[in-house]
Order: sequence, then structure tokens, then C-alpha cells
Amino acid sequence: MFFLVLMTQFTSAQEKVTGTVTDEKKQPMIGASVVWKDSSVGTMTDDKGYFELPMNPGSHEVTVSYVGYESQTLMVHEPKVISVELKPVKALEGVVVNTKRNSLQRSYVKPLNTQTMSSKELLKAACCNLSESFETNPSIDVNFSDAISGSKQIKMLGLTSPYILMAEENIPSVRGASQAYGLSFVPGTWVESIQITKGAGSVVNGYESISGQINYELLKPATDIPFYLNAYGSTDSRFELNTHFNRKINDKLSSSLFVHGNTRVSKNDMNDDGFLDNPLGKQVNIMNRWQYNNPEKGWVSFLNVRYMRDEKQTGQKAFDPGRDKLTTNHWGSEINTDKLEMSSKIGYVFPDTPWKSFGFQNSFNYHKQESYFGLNQYNIKQNSFYSNLIYNSIISNTLHKFATGLNFTSDDYNEFVSVGLPMDVSRRDNSVGAFFEYTYDNTDNFSLVAGGRFDMHNRLGAFLTPRIHMRYNPWEKAVLRASVGRGKRSANIFAENQNLFATSRAFSILNTDGKIYGLAPEIAWNYGLSFSQGFQLFGKKAEVALDYYRTDFQNQAVVDLDFSPQQAVFRNLDGKSFANSLQIDFNIDLMTHFTVRTAYKFYDIQTDYLTGTLERPLQAKHRFFTNIAYETHIKEKGQQWKFDFTYNWMGKQRLPNTGSNPEPYRLREFSNPFSVMNAQITRTFSSVFEAYVGGENIGNYKQKNAILGADNPFGPYFDSSMIYAPVFGQMYYAGIRFKIKDKK
Amino acid sequence: MKKVIAIVLVSLFGFAMQAQEKKNKNAKADVEVKGNCEMCKKRIEKAAYSVAGVKSAVWHSDDQMLHLVYNEQKCSTTDVEKAVAKAGHDTKDVKATEAEYNTLHDCCQYDR
Repeated sequence: MFFLVLMTQFTSAQEKVTGTVTDEKKQPMIGASVVWKDSSVGTMTDDKGYFELPMNPGSHEVTVSYVGYESQTLMVHEPKVISVELKPVKALEGVVVNTKRNSLQRSYVKPLNTQTMSSKELLKAACCNLSESFETNPSIDVNFSDAISGSKQIKMLGLTSPYILMAEENIPSVRGASQAYGLSFVPGTWVESIQITKGAGSVVNGYESISGQINYELLKPATDIPFYLNAYGSTDSRFELNTHFNRKINDKLSSSLFVHGNTRVSKNDMNDDGFLDNPLGKQVNIMNRWQYNNPEKGWVSFLNVRYMRDEKQTGQKAFDPGRDKLTTNHWGSEINTDKLEMSSKIGYVFPDTPWKSFGFQNSFNYHKQESYFGLNQYNIKQNSFYSNLIYNSIISNTLHKFATGLNFTSDDYNEFVSVGLPMDVSRRDNSVGAFFEYTYDNTDNFSLVAGGRFDMHNRLGAFLTPRIHMRYNPWEKAVLRASVGRGKRSANIFAENQNLFATSRAFSILNTDGKIYGLAPEIAWNYGLSFSQGFQLFGKKAEVALDYYRTDFQNQAVVDLDFSPQQAVFRNLDGKSFANSLQIDFNIDLMTHFTVRTAYKFYDIQTDYLTGTLERPLQAKHRFFTNIAYETHIKEKGQQWKFDFTYNWMGKQRLPNTGSNPEPYRLREFSNPFSVMNAQITRTFSSVFEAYVGGENIGNYKQKNAILGADNPFGPYFDSSMIYAPVFGQMYYAGIRFKIKDKK
Repeated sequence: MKKVIAIVLVSLFGFAMQAQEKKNKNAKADVEVKGNCEMCKKRIEKAAYSVAGVKSAVWHSDDQMLHLVYNEQKCSTTDVEKAVAKAGHDTKDVKATEAEYNTLHDCCQYDR
């Protein structure tokens, strides 16, 4: 009898439930938790998504969960093999599992035209912060840094970054005072993945997006490695150091500390105009992140605290800030920024009904910039508070989902501008809004997202923001998408156009009756149509995609540089302003680990200026892009070579009218077409150590006459804002990455 | 008046109690359903969703199980099984007719 009891116990101990956990793209999920419901018996999936769970006589339900995904509970009565497919939670679109297949992915099933750039894709950019992360992505155009700020501006659908909603883990981040340099305040190594959505986008994150949304996810403490080090140096004397530390305090609580520092130490003047090509700089950036996960109870939360100080100095080589600041001895500029940020996210998924969840996001942001550009001064301080409460559930079944909620935004600006005359343009903006977004998915070939929000804003008034996205798969591997949406925003004309401070232009605002510097809010409708088709070409995997988008402005804060080369005129749109963009992509995997991406882009962007209808200046009508990536097979210990090459061709660009200047200070009507090539080689020595070298602008193309009137910077013809090509010539860099991984 | 309120309260409470005891709004069940491929998955799930009261329906080919969450006040697993069988897929208790089975695509014609 005793023997028999022992036997059963022995066998039941041997009996297991085994299986795999995958995400909605059928990729294995690593580290998903698999537990017997209402017990402490559980396990995690391995790197193939596989798990083994001993039978538990006390329970018949297995709960499978993963941060950012809807948990699933399955009935299990006897030992068997199960496979679980988890779907992402929309409100907390937290973890994007990076697949080994493609570092840039376009979804076949999402209604929004969203591309995900994985951490692998982000490594292709040499350096070093978010503004430089998009150089291998055809949907985003990265402009050349101007000599004064040294930071690169991005464009989507031909519209500059103020028209893109930038969000950090779905909390709007690069906005207001940080619009000009905010992207350079996010170190690239902190970023886990980036989601780029063309077109109006979701209403959940706000009403401001017009041409698209970019969301970036930071590394998550729960899945981070204990230690990471990245060091970088380049021939333009820029050095960067990134260190990450991570600790898992217990199975629920974990914390990461990110420390970033960068500096540029020597004065470079490659085009001999007496001005630095890149600013001297220093940045310290520290973030502490906490994550609490309790998959059994359904709780996930994050807490971030961050501090940053950034200093830049530029101008004439002889400029010494101690001696020459705000004098006409030599022209110079300093931009110093302090930033303090705290944010929290709390998510709760009802364990019994995984489609029901709450999300609550809060963020406080202090941003202070003190700066001068020659004799012009610009100081801005912004205190922002953002709060968003989201509830997700279903209508009758999971084919009909909805998200609804409330949000609150407050921005207190202390802004002081001195161009000629000093002006205090401080203001406070408040808004409250409610949103509802409905998602229908027939689980097969059609889905739809229809959303609307109603906001009340002290300057923008009370208004509705409707947006609709649709996806239809007419046949295999084909996706047709359409979207329509409205966006509305207040243009922070000074913060967004800081490059104009480094000119002799006088600022004038022609309207006086509006509530934002005298101007009315910007309103635009965006319409999009996109088609992509995957196919086999000579047995190779290939894809062609066609995107057409149109943005129609009902009102715009028009920056008119064509009226006079001595003036920057701001005024409400009077007439028409639109941006048409067409992008054709062709991508092919020529061999295993050998991918080629190409894109042709056509932009037709026109605005009615004071002097007539003109193309938007400093915008190429035609662009061509190609990226070639090759990597060798990974050997036993992780050794691998990776090669990456990017080629960008830009057609002629219209330059602002300088016809009324004396002959030597005139620019031609159009710039010359030119091309830029970047390349990078990475050698992975083992799974924990790798080194990389690369070059940017290898063809050494340099803009002639990058600073107009450089011989007399306090004279009437000085203008450093007309940058359409690289100022600095070729640049080479090298760096290392070192990791300490978790012991298995 | 007080009496009326008391009666209303008691009846409401009683009704709620009864509902809680007998009918679960988020009942879970696993039903065995035969099928082969991705096409089957779509068909089975679509059929299950067509039953009012079904909140979530996910079918896996490897364990041949349809995982259901449904409102017991509105439907039963038998209703779902009937709907799925009508689409051509045999369930544990309800089988598809020969005619219904024959309407399936070649790759979906599971072994009977």
C-alpha cells in the first residue's frame, strides 16, 4: 500500500505540462512566466519560448503572462503539450519582442502604418542619440545639423519634427521648449525599440500629431542585463560613454541605472570660414528606472527619475565666452539646458478577463534653457505636467475592443526673447480631454481603428479630433491601409525656430489677435493610402510598398524667410499650404543575412507666402535611399561580422530668397543635388564583447558658403540657418560594447 | 413606501445573488475541436464568435482545443459546438454532417 502511494507521487512528480509561448507574430517569447493559478508553482520560458511545468494537483489552470501582453489562463487537467500565443496589451504597448529575422518590420496585421525599429536596427547608427537613430530608416529624413546647434532635425512626410508627436513609452516627450534639441537628450543606448507611425495616428496620446507619431521604448529593468558599457570616439573629437547597471531585487522588483556622458573637446573648422563646424559640448544624463511586475495579480508599474545637463558653445574660433559674451568682439553662442523629469506608469490587467485593463501614466518635466546667439538672447523655462488614464475593454467579444480615458496637460512657460528689443512672452497652457477609440478586427483580413477625442484648451478652445485607420488584406501577403485624421497644435515659434536666432534677421509677427504669440492654432488634416506586397523574386524574399500621404493645413504658423533676407516673418496662413509625399520602397533578402532596402521619395510641399506660392525651402523634391546590410553566421561563441552601408541622394533644394542682398551675399535659387554615404563594420568577438568602426559622409561632400556673411557676423547679411548639406566633411569613428549577462 | 423599497431591494439582491451563483459572466471552457491549419483556425474562431455571448475564442492546432470565455447567461458551450460543427469542424459532442465537412478546403479536411 505504502509502495503504491509512493509510486503515484513519483509519477505525478514526473508528469509535466510542456509547451511554447509565442507572440502574435509567432516569435518565441523569452522569459514569459508560466504559473499554476493561485499558487507559487511556476517557471519561465527559455530562449526558444519553451517551458516545462510539473503538474500541480491543487490547480487546473495555468496562467501565462508577459509584461505588456494580455495574460492567458488555460485549463489543464492532465500532462500535455500546449502552445500559447500572447497578444500585446494596447494601452501598455510595452515590450516589443525583437525577432532575429528583420531589424525593421512592417506589420501585416495592424491597421496603423507602423514600422518597428528593433535594437538591432538602432545599432546601425554610429552614434549616439535619438536624433541620429533614423539614418537607416527611409520613412524619416534626417537633416544635416546646423553649425550652431550641432543637432540633427528630423522630418516625416516632408514636415519638420514639431508636426510629429514624439512619445517616450507613450508619454509625449519632445515638445514645447525641448522641441529643437530634445532628440539629442535621449542617448541611443537607452532605447530598446522605436515605433514609427505614418499618418494621423492614435488619439490616445493626444491631438498634436499631424504627420505622424514616433514612440520609443526604453530598456526595461525586468529584462535588462546586469551591466552594459559602450564607449565611442570620433575624428570630430566627440566622445561618448554609456554605462548601464541593473539589479533584480526580487522576482517582482527590478531597477536600472543609466549613466551617459558625452563631450566634444576640440574646435573644428573644415571649411575655413572662421566658424566652428560643430559646437563644443558636454552632457551628463542620468536615469534611474524601477519596474514592478506581478503577473499573477496583473500589476505592472514603472517609475523613472532623470536628470540632464547639456552645455554647448559655438561661433567664431576666436570667441571666448568669458571675454566676448554679448559683445561684438567675436560672434559666439552658448546654449545650456537643464532637465529634470519624473514619470510613472501603473498598469493593471484583470486576471480573469485579460482584455480588461487600466493604465495610468503621469509625468512631470522641468526644462530650462539659457542661451545667446551673438547679441540675441533666448531663455525658456517650462514646467509640464501630463496625466493620462486609459481603460481598455471589449464590446461583446474580443473582435470589438475599445480604449477610453481622460487626460490632462499643463505647460507653464517662462519665455524671454531678445532680438533687438527684449520681450517677455511667458504663458500658461492647460487642457483636459476625453477620448474613445474603437478597434474592430475580424481576425482575418480586415481591421479598423476609429477614434475621437474632445479637448478643452485655454488657447486652442474646445475641439474634436477624429481619426480613422483601416487595414485590409485583399490577398496573401498584401496589405492595403487608409487613414484620415485631424491634428491641432500651438506652434512655439521661437523654441521651434531657434536656428533663426543665429542670423541677422529681425523677427516680426504679423498677426496680433491670436492667443499664441498673436497667432492662431495650427490645424491640419492628414490623408494616407498605403499598399504593400510581399513576394518571392527568383526564390528570394522581397517586398514592395507604396505610401501616399497628403497633409492639408487649414491654418499654419507660417515661417516666411522669403519676404526679405533681413527678416523672419511669422504669420497665420493666408491661402493654401499642403504637403504631398509619395514613397516607393523595394526591399529584398538577396541571400541569407544579406538584405537590401531601397526607397524613392517624392515631396511636393507648397505654401502661400507673402511673395506668392513657393516650395518649402530646404526641402529636396526627390530623394533616393538605399541600405545594404550583410552579416555572417553567428559562430559557437557568438563571433560574427556585420557590414552596413547607407547611400542617400538628395535632389536640388530651394533656398530662401537672397536676391535683394549685394552680389557676394546672394545664394542661388536652388542648391546642387548631392549624395552622402555612410558605412559601418561591427566585429562581435563573443556574446559579451564587440567593437565597431565606421565612417559618415565618406564621399566628403561639404556645403559651400554654409554661413552667409561669415566675414561680418554682426552685419546685415549674416545667416547660418540655410544648411542643406553636411558642413563637416568625412568623419570616422570607433567604439566598443561590453556586456555582463545574467547567469542562467 | 418603506415596504416597497424593502421589497425592491430584497428582490434585486436576491436576483443578483442568484445570478452570481448560477451564471458566470466570464465562464471559461476548453472544447475539443478538430482542424488542421491557419485557415481552420480562422474558420473555427469566426464560427465561435458568431454565437452571442462568446467573449473570446482562440483555437490551437497542436492541442486541438478551442479556448473559450463566454457569458453563461447568454449561451452555453453546446451552442458554440453547434456553430463550430455547422462550419464543418467536429467537436467533442457535436459532429459536422458529411455535407458540411465536404465544404471545407482540401487542406482543412482533417482525419475523421
